[in-house]
Amino acid sequence: MSLKGKVHKYGANIDTDAIIPARYLNLDEAAQLAEHCMEDIDIDFVKRVKAGDIIVAETNFGCGSSREHAPLALKGSGISCVIAKSFARIFFRNAINTGLPLLECEEAVDNIKAEDTVEVDLSSGKITNLSSGKTFTSKPYPEFMMQIIAAGGLVEHTKKKSSGAR
Amino acid sequence: MTLAEKILAAHCGKNKVNPGEFINVKTDLVLSNDITAPIAIKEFNRLGVGKVFDPQKIVMVPDHFCPNKDIQSAEQAKLMREFARQHNIIYFEVGQMGIEHVILPEKGLVVPGDIVVGADSHTDTYGALAAFATGMGSTDIAIAMATGEIWMKVPPTIKFIFHGKPRKWVGGKDFILYTIGNISVDGALYSVMEFTGEAIDALSMDNRFTMSNMAIEAGGKAGIFAVDDKTRAYLKGRTSRKYTEYSSDPDAEYARIIEYDASGIEPQVAFPHLPSNTKPISQVGNIAIDQVVIGSCTNGRLDDIRLAARILKGRKVDPNLRCIIIPGSQKVYMDALKEGLIEIFIKAGAAVSTPTCGPCLGGYMGILAAGEKCVSTTNRNFVGRMGHTKSEIYLANPAIAAASAVLGRIASPEELV
Repeated sequence: MSLKGKVHKYGANIDTDAIIPARYLNLDEAAQLAEHCMEDIDIDFVKRVKAGDIIVAETNFGCGSSREHAPLALKGSGISCVIAKSFARIFFRNAINTGLPLLECEEAVDNIKAEDTVEVDLSSGKITNLSSGKTFTSKPYPEFMMQIIAAGGLVEHTKKKSSGAR
Repeated sequence: MTLAEKILAAHCGKNKVNPGEFINVKTDLVLSNDITAPIAIKEFNRLGVGKVFDPQKIVMVPDHFCPNKDIQSAEQAKLMREFARQHNIIYFEVGQMGIEHVILPEKGLVVPGDIVVGADSHTDTYGALAAFATGMGSTDIAIAMATGEIWMKVPPTIKFIFHGKPRKWVGGKDFILYTIGNISVDGALYSVMEFTGEAIDALSMDNRFTMSNMAIEAGGKAGIFAVDDKTRAYLKGRTSRKYTEYSSDPDAEYARIIEYDASGIEPQVAFPHLPSNTKPISQVGNIAIDQVVIGSCTNGRLDDIRLAARILKGRKVDPNLRCIIIPGSQKVYMDALKEGLIEIFIKAGAAVSTPTCGPCLGGYMGILAAGEKCVSTTNRNFVGRMGHTKSEIYLANPAIAAASAVLGRIASPEELV
């Protein structure tokens, strides 16, 4: 599966309060959450973002609260994947479980600027910066996680497993 | 094996587990709250299993935006309440409710050796009871509610040894802030933090809960302590469940061993906008503040409330600021009332509230305006966490917070007592 979009670039330690402030946690629909995505650190993000766009960030993306509203808000706003040097662990699980692809790749982060156009091939982990022509390869997912991703998230994976057990 | 590895091994039917290995563990307790349960319930219903794996191992606590702060949060609380009644799970209504991570240990729902998963990042709090407790998202919790199992990657363990005697006014909050300041907000990413040493042995259970609670602020998966006499005394009378006391082997393998001289650690203050941005109180300088919050799952227990009262007794809150004190549970509130602490607070000019997470995550009960500064005993000082994006949060222990409330600026209790 191939993804292509413009890049929104951020620094280190982007926390889930920044991705979706807690004052909106009385909402739980992706479309409603998306209206406020990133607004405390990037007020224009919501106006700028287009379907397919990609977030590129430094280390520890998604740290802080366990709110699954964070990947939902990103997905709702059209973000197709996040490339970072590292991810906070609860956010990582939440993204896998809800079907938001994450790619870990230091080199890509160092060589991609805001507004660049980037193409990502999820099956091979190949990241191409179409603006510069450079390519990078992300860390592969462990086999166990590939099964969850291939099933379309943890709920589908669990359903498949339990029907197989029967 | 380490303490954490032994608990994980015992819950996946193996004799040994190794860091990096993927395992499926049985869960002893599955938690969610009024903001994470609605999504978990939606995903649970999508699974189509009809019933939860064991109603007595599932807890829901309406604490974040409860008592309901607005119509939408009332709808979320209602959805959770109806699910709780339908499935006959453990549920604490407003009036019995407290902050989830304060009441679960208090009510004896967690014992050493348990695996607890919760749709709240501060589920790691129960590591103080030698349980393996960790936060996850709503979908993970939906799966655990349905099956009683969840996948985990066995984390490496980092051992922290605190040598020496803690100084006056220094507690668990200062140790954990100091640690986060030292290793940074991702210094324990994906890892278990195991706390040991003479200074740790000296800490009360309430202070240990504070440390486990903030392991997540260093990226940790869990923050764990071994069982000792204080743990056993805490559990006595709270639970009749039998439990296993696991401890790390002398030859257990650690990813790192980090040693601190506790006697050299001053009370710590974490400056905006990261918990790792710490300074010792002696280097804070003159920072005038607009609000003080004392409470939360980090510092809302009786030891914390007593400490604040010790400073506020016979003194007045500076008229230029608001001091908001939130006992973490009805029991903490009642104990404080019986000890005369609530009277001390009201006489000092502080506001005292029923238990809620409220201001910690910018929900309600103490939101900050643009330009305002707050000293808070909570756990996060991210941009906009407690209100306006131009507000500032300084994290500290309850003694610093109370002294700051009296003096109108970030201050040490040494200046008063």
